[in-house]
Amino acid sequence: MKTFRIGGVHPEENKLTADKPIRDAMLPKQAVFSMFQHIGAPAKPVVKKGDKVKVGTLLAEAGGFVSAPVHSSVSGTVNKVDSVLDASGTRRAAIYVDVEGDEWEESIDRSGKLVRLSDRPDLDSKTIVEKIKNAGIVGMGGATFPCHVKLTPPPGCKAECVIINAVECEPYLTADHRLMLEHPDEILVGVSLIMKAVNVERGYIGIENNKPDAIRLMTEKARKDYPQIEVVPLQMKYPQGGEKQLIDAVIGRQVPAPPAIPIHVGAVVQNVGTAFAIYEAVMLNKPLVDRIITVTGKTVSNPGNLRARLGTSMQQLMDECGGLPADAGKIISGGPMMGKTLMSLEVPMTKGSSGLLIMDMKEARRAEPQPCIRCGKCVRACAMGLEPYLLATLSAHAEWERAEQEDIVSCIECGCCQFSCPSKRPLADNIRSGKQKVMGIIRSRAAQAKKQ
Amino acid sequence: MSLILLAVIVLGVLGLVSALVLFYASHRFAVHEDPRIGQVAAVLPQANCGGCGYPGCSGFAAACVKAADQGSLEGKLCPVGGQAVMEQVADIVGLSVAASAPKVAVVRCNGSCENRPRIAEFDGMHTCRVQQMLGSGETACQYGCLGCGDCVAACQFGAISMNPETGLPEVDEDKCTACGACAKACPRGVIEIRLKGPKGRRMVVLCNNKDKGAVANKVCKTACIGCGKCVKTCDKFQAITLENNLAYIDAEKCKLCRKCEEACPKGAIHAFNFPPRKPAAPAAPAAEAATGAATQQTNNEQPA
Repeated sequence: MKTFRIGGVHPEENKLTADKPIRDAMLPKQAVFSMFQHIGAPAKPVVKKGDKVKVGTLLAEAGGFVSAPVHSSVSGTVNKVDSVLDASGTRRAAIYVDVEGDEWEESIDRSGKLVRLSDRPDLDSKTIVEKIKNAGIVGMGGATFPCHVKLTPPPGCKAECVIINAVECEPYLTADHRLMLEHPDEILVGVSLIMKAVNVERGYIGIENNKPDAIRLMTEKARKDYPQIEVVPLQMKYPQGGEKQLIDAVIGRQVPAPPAIPIHVGAVVQNVGTAFAIYEAVMLNKPLVDRIITVTGKTVSNPGNLRARLGTSMQQLMDECGGLPADAGKIISGGPMMGKTLMSLEVPMTKGSSGLLIMDMKEARRAEPQPCIRCGKCVRACAMGLEPYLLATLSAHAEWERAEQEDIVSCIECGCCQFSCPSKRPLADNIRSGKQKVMGIIRSRAAQAKKQ
Repeated sequence: MSLILLAVIVLGVLGLVSALVLFYASHRFAVHEDPRIGQVAAVLPQANCGGCGYPGCSGFAAACVKAADQGSLEGKLCPVGGQAVMEQVADIVGLSVAASAPKVAVVRCNGSCENRPRIAEFDGMHTCRVQQMLGSGETACQYGCLGCGDCVAACQFGAISMNPETGLPEVDEDKCTACGACAKACPRGVIEIRLKGPKGRRMVVLCNNKDKGAVANKVCKTACIGCGKCVKTCDKFQAITLENNLAYIDAEKCKLCRKCEEACPKGAIHAFNFPPRKPAAPAAPAAEAATGAATQQTNNEQPA
């Protein structure tokens, strides 16, 4: 079975909600839309206090090319254009909408009928990318990179294949798994739309083999109607869902160090949730207004996979799943390996909120770090072939020049190093902090060079 | 005997040849350095702290000589040596220096454990840099002191230390050389290098919070809420400005009248190194709150 060649670890799966069908979350009373739901320039509000909106109404336009618009996921009245303490832990611009009823924009197709590519011969590559852009689609795996940018290869680069990331290697998260079991047809149409958008003939769907039912179903459907799409079962290993690891496993190519990106080896990678959102956007005229979020944790009384409207507070989602458990230690947005801890549940759900994980005090508490014993486990575990013990020390001592030489910017922040360290040293925290600093130095160097 | 003589002669000749080679090399490859640089470097404190902005004391010496040749030592200051050392440097290069006002580091935050409640526990690396990057610390204030002591670690003079009761750093004004290392280490820019003031007295807004008043009010008891009362009170000297919901006192314009301290409804403005106020008869509630909060700063109790 295929897998990536360098590094990797095996955390416990804890897929507690794998057999829980998707259920619709309740409509919130107030929805808060962050202007920072994507990588790139923040969105710019185009509504003001008192404006009436429906589901699908544009609230904020893209702030630049690498940016995305934000649409209302509810119908009601705009309460204010202010700021909110979001998942990043900082207070940033957001639009508040008081919810009234559930009216949708007329252009959105809510019939539930499947629309195939053959039903829409009018769609060409340019139109597809334009529709994706206007619908505000971003990477739904959690990275939230604006989709239309990825589907517009830079000059000199040509896409050779599309790889769909249905790996979901993060423990606890099952949103993509359920999506494949319940909406395989829509996903496959979405995949063929992506393939048409970048003009490629081959598509792959990578699925980890802890989801045999999804592999079976998707393989059956693809074999029947989509001969150009191949389902690739992958060995279970974290971080198989990393872009570069996926490309290595599926087509055996390694993406060079930054500033190289996957398109430089001809690959366009998209999350399976993104493929589904693309289907809805292009075929049903539905902008990105909701997503599946896995609410889970060993002490959560009613965990599940919720289809929730963007802007719903995490508090409400928690309440729908039994409320915050008494001995809750950490509240994590995302999964346990790469998720972000929240300081409060009054944080709105965004396009990248793939999970809400509660860990009890015992599971959440970190052990006291001990000195490094030079065992090399971190080097063996690093999925990018770096030397975490060295990068962590360089970051701690602020040796930015040497850190840059040792390729700290290649780190994908997967956390394998910290996970494997027997001394429980905070390697990933140190390296992440150093990587940010070095990237800042590189950016200012480039800006200076441009001035001259 | 002739063998010994032969050995002596051979070694002697080798020695002579080496000496000649070295003599030639020392002249052919000599590096000419302005002798003044060495003289200036000799009077510097040798702390190599970088407070002057140059790489070490030798770097500063070279910069001073270069500047002197261009006519002036304007802008060159060794904060550790201070006025005394700069006068010696000026002597060596044959110029004179204007007296420069001494400066000191000020921690512009009074968000102690009592004033600013913790809302979360950061179970990770206890350095300010990492806490700032991975979250916004343990309180709801995104501008205040993070309390992990990156500033303490950066100080080479032992002039700043963490107070375990308040959770805030405290500056020992006698040891502080205003080199700026702590200010650079702070990821939130809480520490400012300000004018020390006559007799060490100065007025400072001990807050860095730029959120709107209602938000700032919720996160800390002594936060600046941007109400502007201090700005209005200082209409005579116009030393206070309000920007981004935060008041700022210009040390050069401030006349130390302490009226702003009384006017501030939150007790965010502090007076450093003043003698204790005589208890006034009917004290205004604002003044009471101000002196109440001010006594948390140990500096205030020092005689002028």
